[in-house]
Amino acid sequence: MARIQLHDVRKSYAGQEVIHGVTMDIADGEFVVIVGPSGCGKSTLLRMVAGLEEITSGQVSIGDRVVNDLEPRERNIAMVFQNYALYPHMTVRENMAYGLKIAGMSRPEIEAAVARAAAMLELEPYLDRKPRQLSGGQRQRVAMGRALVREPAALLLDEPLSNLDAKLRVQMRLQIRDLQQRTAQTTLYVTHDQVEAMTLADRLIVMEKGLAQQIATPHEVYTAPATEFVAGFIGSPAMNIFTVTCDDSGLLLPGGHRMPVPGLAARGEVRLGLRPEDICLVEDDSPAFPVLLRSIEWLGADAFGYGVIEGSDVQLTLRMSGQTSVARGDRLRVGLPADRLHFFSTVDGHRL
Amino acid sequence: MAARGLARTMAHFWMILGVIIVAFPIYYVFIASTHSVQTILRPPLPLLPGPEAVANYTEAFTGGVGRIGGVSLWLLLGNTTIIALGIAIGKIVISMASAYAIVFFRFPFRMACFWLIFITLMLPVEVRIQPTYKVMVDLGLIDTYAGLILPLIASATATLLFRQFFMTIPDELLEAARVDGAGPWRFFKDILWPLSLTNVAAIFVIQFIYGWTQYLWPLLVTNSNEMNTIVIALKKMISFADADTPWNLVMVTSVLAILPPILVVVLMQRWFVKGLVETEK
Repeated sequence: MARIQLHDVRKSYAGQEVIHGVTMDIADGEFVVIVGPSGCGKSTLLRMVAGLEEITSGQVSIGDRVVNDLEPRERNIAMVFQNYALYPHMTVRENMAYGLKIAGMSRPEIEAAVARAAAMLELEPYLDRKPRQLSGGQRQRVAMGRALVREPAALLLDEPLSNLDAKLRVQMRLQIRDLQQRTAQTTLYVTHDQVEAMTLADRLIVMEKGLAQQIATPHEVYTAPATEFVAGFIGSPAMNIFTVTCDDSGLLLPGGHRMPVPGLAARGEVRLGLRPEDICLVEDDSPAFPVLLRSIEWLGADAFGYGVIEGSDVQLTLRMSGQTSVARGDRLRVGLPADRLHFFSTVDGHRL
Repeated sequence: MAARGLARTMAHFWMILGVIIVAFPIYYVFIASTHSVQTILRPPLPLLPGPEAVANYTEAFTGGVGRIGGVSLWLLLGNTTIIALGIAIGKIVISMASAYAIVFFRFPFRMACFWLIFITLMLPVEVRIQPTYKVMVDLGLIDTYAGLILPLIASATATLLFRQFFMTIPDELLEAARVDGAGPWRFFKDILWPLSLTNVAAIFVIQFIYGWTQYLWPLLVTNSNEMNTIVIALKKMISFADADTPWNLVMVTSVLAILPPILVVVLMQRWFVKGLVETEK
């Protein structure tokens, strides 16, 4: 177990830079999730830590040792791959023992380590089977076992759950979180699934186009997204984001609706972000703007309303209680939560 | 049901006919090896085994063939086995090594190397036989096993087959092995080789038979009878006049020349078929 430090890590392919300098400090025992849309460079970043991709510039250290020029095996890391990459001709036991065997561990030591990992992952009944005789979830556990058996300095997981069906994914997610907490293993986990990211991480790296947009706890990422991209990417349904004009007395919304908001600085044109659950329906005569409800999705406990701000074509998603009596075509009066407004620059998308 | 029964009968009819056409000459070789020369030369051809089987086979092994070729049947079979094994194993070693390099290593002119190997497929062996012969003479390899084996062990076909197979190995498997600490040699030995076994078996069978049935090259590169292969010896046993040829012994030799390849195919059949139709990944 060890901490991992990234300092201005960059990656170029044939002169084309794809990772534009990521700096981060991962504490010993911390669970960090790299999340982002496909092609954002999250896997590349992980593979640079693993030693499977060369680091173009910058520095990666694992446990206070610079590992830039070390082979994967010398970095003392273990990795779980998306398709598990189990050795098809070896039994579960041999798969887990292979790395230890190469490391020159003695036979009894290997057996003890494999038995320990197998017990932890409930793999004992399958030790003598070949990977093809196992189900997807079992293979995934073997891949985890193969990684954990070596007690590596850092555990790296590249979309380990994306080949499983939805139900199994939830189960394995809980199991991974539980394992990580029991072993206090420094873990770096790549996913495109924001639910996995939010539920697993101590801290998140939200990446887009080779840049770490925000590095923070899930709570902070959700409540104070650092950029418009993060705001739109994290949260389901996605945050409503549209352009408004902001002066010191309030906001001018699309469609010409004026909403008084106390204590605002005059900022001119800004991007306003509103979480669907933060938008409230107004029944009394406090300030409100009209929204025409185009459709409604009833999910039981919740109902999602999809409408447009009257007089404009700006779409708005609202999260309402499942008990709501509004219907398609209604004209709703909607208020702004003064303390839950997110403002982003129209220029660079940064939080204001 | 009746239509299906008919279709099945027809299918069997054609298959059995095909087998008879293919197998009859071989059957006849065996039948002829059990008759005396006089019976073989006097029409009609007998279709049932004759009384001379023991006599013919004993004579072939105890010097009958030796009188013609100057060497014993055992030596011929031994030579041919060494050459066929040498060619088959050599081809597998060389083509696996080159396919491994081309698929898993990044070195300058990698694709150029691949294309060089690939275009040799377009040259028939006969085109390069003269320069190859010159090289063998210069190296003093005439009448040696090395001279018989070496020029034949480079195989573009086998290299291509192994390359295609290696390309189906997922990258993650290689990466997992790297993370586990396996260097290039260990990856080959512990992972690639076990996964390639069925392909190796298939290629071994094909190349063993290729080596066993070589004719032109052994004919060129051997002068002494001691280095003859069984195929060459067969050729030498047949003279232009029917009456001078001990056809009964020729047939015995033919039977013995056919047996080892059949044995190899039968023994490795299970793997051979597996290697041709599926890969275990």
